[in-house]
Amino acid sequence: MDSRTNTASKQEYSVHDEVEFLSFVLGEEHYALDIMSVKEIRGYEPVTKIANAPSFIKGVLNLRGDIVPIVDLRMKFGVGSATYNEFTIVIMLNVYERIVGIVVDAVSDVIKLTTEEILPPPEFGVAFDSRYLKGLATVEDKMIILVNIQALISSDELGLIDASNHSDQE
Amino acid sequence: MSINMAEFHQVFFEESHEHLESMEQLLLALDLDSPDPEELNTIFRAAHSIKGGSGIFGFTALTSVTHVMENLLDKTRKGNFELNSSVIDLLLRTVDTLSHILNLYREEEPIDWQEVEFSKNQLVAALNGESFSTASASSGAAVVASQGDVESAVTSKTAVETPPESNTDEGFGFFKDDVELALATESDGYGFFDEAYIAKEITVDDLHPKGSESAVTKADAELSDDELGFGFFESLTPEAEDTPLVDDISQSAAEASVKANGNDDQPTATTNTTSTTRTTAPKTQTAEVEANKTDGVKVVTATTTKTDVPVKTPAAAKKAAPPSSDSTLRVETSKIDSLVNLAGELVITQSMLTLIGNELGGEVGERLKTALNELERNTREMQEAVMSVRMLPVSFVFNRFHRLVRDLSDQLGKNVNLVIEGGNTEIDKGMIEKLVDPLTHLVRNSLDHGIEKPEKRIAAGKPEMGTLSLKASQRGGSIVIAVHDDGGGLNRDRILQKARENGMAISDNLPDKQVWQLIFAAGFSTAAEVTDVSGRGVGMDVVRKNIEALGGRIDIDSVTGQGATFEIQLPLTLAIVDGMSVSTGNQIYILPLVHIIESIQPQRDQLKFLANEQLIKVREEYLPLLNLHELMEIDSHAQTPEEGIVVLLESNNKRFGLCVDGLVGQQQVVIKSLEKHYRRIPGVSGATIMGDGSVALILDVESLALHVNN
Repeated sequence: MDSRTNTASKQEYSVHDEVEFLSFVLGEEHYALDIMSVKEIRGYEPVTKIANAPSFIKGVLNLRGDIVPIVDLRMKFGVGSATYNEFTIVIMLNVYERIVGIVVDAVSDVIKLTTEEILPPPEFGVAFDSRYLKGLATVEDKMIILVNIQALISSDELGLIDASNHSDQE
Repeated sequence: MSINMAEFHQVFFEESHEHLESMEQLLLALDLDSPDPEELNTIFRAAHSIKGGSGIFGFTALTSVTHVMENLLDKTRKGNFELNSSVIDLLLRTVDTLSHILNLYREEEPIDWQEVEFSKNQLVAALNGESFSTASASSGAAVVASQGDVESAVTSKTAVETPPESNTDEGFGFFKDDVELALATESDGYGFFDEAYIAKEITVDDLHPKGSESAVTKADAELSDDELGFGFFESLTPEAEDTPLVDDISQSAAEASVKANGNDDQPTATTNTTSTTRTTAPKTQTAEVEANKTDGVKVVTATTTKTDVPVKTPAAAKKAAPPSSDSTLRVETSKIDSLVNLAGELVITQSMLTLIGNELGGEVGERLKTALNELERNTREMQEAVMSVRMLPVSFVFNRFHRLVRDLSDQLGKNVNLVIEGGNTEIDKGMIEKLVDPLTHLVRNSLDHGIEKPEKRIAAGKPEMGTLSLKASQRGGSIVIAVHDDGGGLNRDRILQKARENGMAISDNLPDKQVWQLIFAAGFSTAAEVTDVSGRGVGMDVVRKNIEALGGRIDIDSVTGQGATFEIQLPLTLAIVDGMSVSTGNQIYILPLVHIIESIQPQRDQLKFLANEQLIKVREEYLPLLNLHELMEIDSHAQTPEEGIVVLLESNNKRFGLCVDGLVGQQQVVIKSLEKHYRRIPGVSGATIMGDGSVALILDVESLALHVNN
C-alpha cells in the first residue's frame, strides 16, 4: 500500500477521506502539514528584524507587497541547526487569511493519507506540543508527524497574532 | 432574491444619501426672491428619486414623507407655491428627518413613525396653508395630481393617509378624475405593449390606479416607464387633435423620455424607454385619439404638456450633460485599494529592475536602460492615475458647513457669511471622512468664540456680518486647508494665564505662534473660562490628534481684533508618507517628516546625564535622548551618540532626541500594514518596502515619545 505520490503526477482530487500533506524535516524528525494551507515554498531571504520579538521570529519580509512574518520552527523547537544558506527553505502558509512563513530544514514530499492511516499521537516524544498534533502516520517505514498548522500558527505560544484579534481561532 | 435585494438596498442608501446632501446644499443656496427653476427641479428630482427607490424596496416611511415633500416642491417649481425662509427651514428639517429614517432603515432599526407623521403633517400644513391662496386651477398641478395618484398606487398606504392634492383645490378633483378616466380607457390601447414588450405588462399595472399591490416591487426602469407613459400621453394629445403625424408623435414621445430620464437619473433606462416609445408611438396615436373623444381631458392635458415640457426638458438635458461628459462609476473601495497596492508594487519592482540594470554594461545594458527609463515613466504615471481614482474634491466636506454655519449663527445670534474657496482641490477619500470631525470643531469654535456679535463688531468698526472662510489648496506635496475668521482673534494673555494655571512653565516672551499652540494641550480642552473670553478650548487637543493621525499638522495664525486662521497641512494621500530614512546597524527605519524638527551632530559637551537618563542640550534646552538601536534591540555601529546623528523629534508637544547611526535620505514611502499578517509592534506604526525590495519599519514617533516618560 504505497500511498506516496509524486508531486508532478499527483492525482487531481483526493477521494473523500484522503488528504494531501506536505512533508518536511525538522532536525531528525519528519513532519507533514495539510497542503491546503501551503501558499508557496521559497528560499530564505534576509528579513527585517523586529524589536521585542522572541528569537524564533526572525522578522518580516516583503512577499510581493505583503509584509509577512517569518518563524524559524527549528529555533522554536530547538531542533536542527539554525543556519541560513541558499538551501534554507521557507514554507509560506495561508492561515486564517494571514500569510506566515516558516523556516524548516528541508521539504521532502507530498503524501496522501486516508483517515485510517492516521494514528493518534502519543503524549510525548516529539518537539511539537501535542496540542498541535493531528496524529502520526507511517510512510515507507518512516514515522511522519502530522501537524495541525492552523492551531500552531494561531497559538499564543508563537505570538504571531495579537491576543485581541484571534477570536477566529479553533 | 432577498440577498439580491440587500445589494440593491446598499446602492439605494448611498444614492439617497447623496440626493439628500445635494438637496440640502441646494436648499441652502436657494435665492428666495427669484428661485432658479433649474435648482428647484433638481431638488424635486432628488426627492422624487428617493421616493421612487424607497417605493421599490418598500421603505414606506421614506416614501410617505418624500411624497408630500415632492408635492410641495412640485408646486413650488411650477410657481404655485411661494417659498419663504420658514418653508426652507421646514424642508431642511424634512431632509434631516429623511436622513434619520434612511439611517434607521440602513441599521435595520424600528422606524420612528411618530417622527414620520409629524414631518408629514408639517409639510401638509405648509402645503395647505399656501395652496388655498393660489388655488386657481393650473394645468401643472393636474399633472402632480395624476402623477401623485399613480405613484401613490405604488404605495397605497400613502395615498390613503395623505391625499393633499385632492383637498387643496377644486380643479384637482376634476382633473384627477378625468386623467384617471382617460387612463382607464387608455389601458386598452396599451394592451398592444404586451405583445411588443413583455415588460410593458408592468407598466400597464403601474398606470392603472387600481393595480396597487403588485406595483411595489417594480424596478427603477419601470418607474421611468410609467413616467414615460405620462409624458407620452400628455405630449401626444395636442398633436392627435391637430394633424397627427407619426414622426411628430414619436419625437415628442422621445422628448418625454428625456424628461423621464431626467427625473430618475437612470441613464440605462433611457435607451430602453426611448426605443419603447419609438416602436409604440404610431399605434398609441389611435388609442390617444379615442381617449380624447371620450371626454374633455384633452384640452387640459394639452396645456399641461406645453407648460410642462419646456420647463423640464432643458433641465433634464442640462442635468444629463455633466454626467455624460464625466460619467462616474461606483466601485468598491477595496478594489481601488488593491489597485493602488499593485501600482505601488509595480513601482518597487521597477526600481529593483533599475538597480539591476545599472549593473549591466555594454550595448545590451544601454538598450536595457532606455527600456527601463520608459518603464519608469509609465509606472509613475500609472501610479498617479491609480492614486487619483481615490481622490475626491474637498467640497464634499466643505459643503456640509453651509448648514452648520447657518444653523449655528442663527442660534448664536450672529451674522456670518461662509466663503468657500478651492472646493475642487482633491484629497484622498479616506482622509475626507476623517477630516469632518476636526473641521467641524474648528468651524464651531470660530463661530462660537471667534466671530463677535453684530453690535460688538459694529463697535469695533467692522462690518456687521462676519466672514468665515474655508480654503483648500495644494502646496507642493501636501494639501493645505485653512479655516479663517475675521473675529477677535486669540487672547494671548488669557492663554498664557491659563497655561500657568495648568502648571506649565511658560516664559513671557514666548513667540505668538508657540502661545497659540498651547491651546492644543489637553488641559485646555474643557476649560470653560477660556471659552468665555476668546480662547478656543473645546476639544482642540482632539482636533490636533485627529490631524496628526492623518499624518498632518496644524498651525495657528492670529491677529488680535482681526481674526484667526487655523491652517491644516495634510499629505496628499493616506497611503504615502513623507519620510526620512535613517540607519541603525544594518537596518533602515523611516521617520515621518512631520515630526522631525532638525538633525544635529552632537558634541560631547551637549550630552548630559540625569539619574542615568541621557539628555541632550540644544539651544538652552535639555531634551531627553533615546537610542534607536536600544529601542529596536539591534546592534549599532555608533558606540556613542557623538559618533552618530541625533534627530530632534516632536510629538504631542513633547520634544526629544533620537540617536541613529546616520541619515540615509528623504523619500516618500508607501505605508503597508504590519497587522495584516503579523501583530502590532510597539514603537512602529507600519512598514514600507524599499527600492531593493527589503522591508523598512516606519517608526511611531508618538509611542516613542511615551518612552521618554518611562
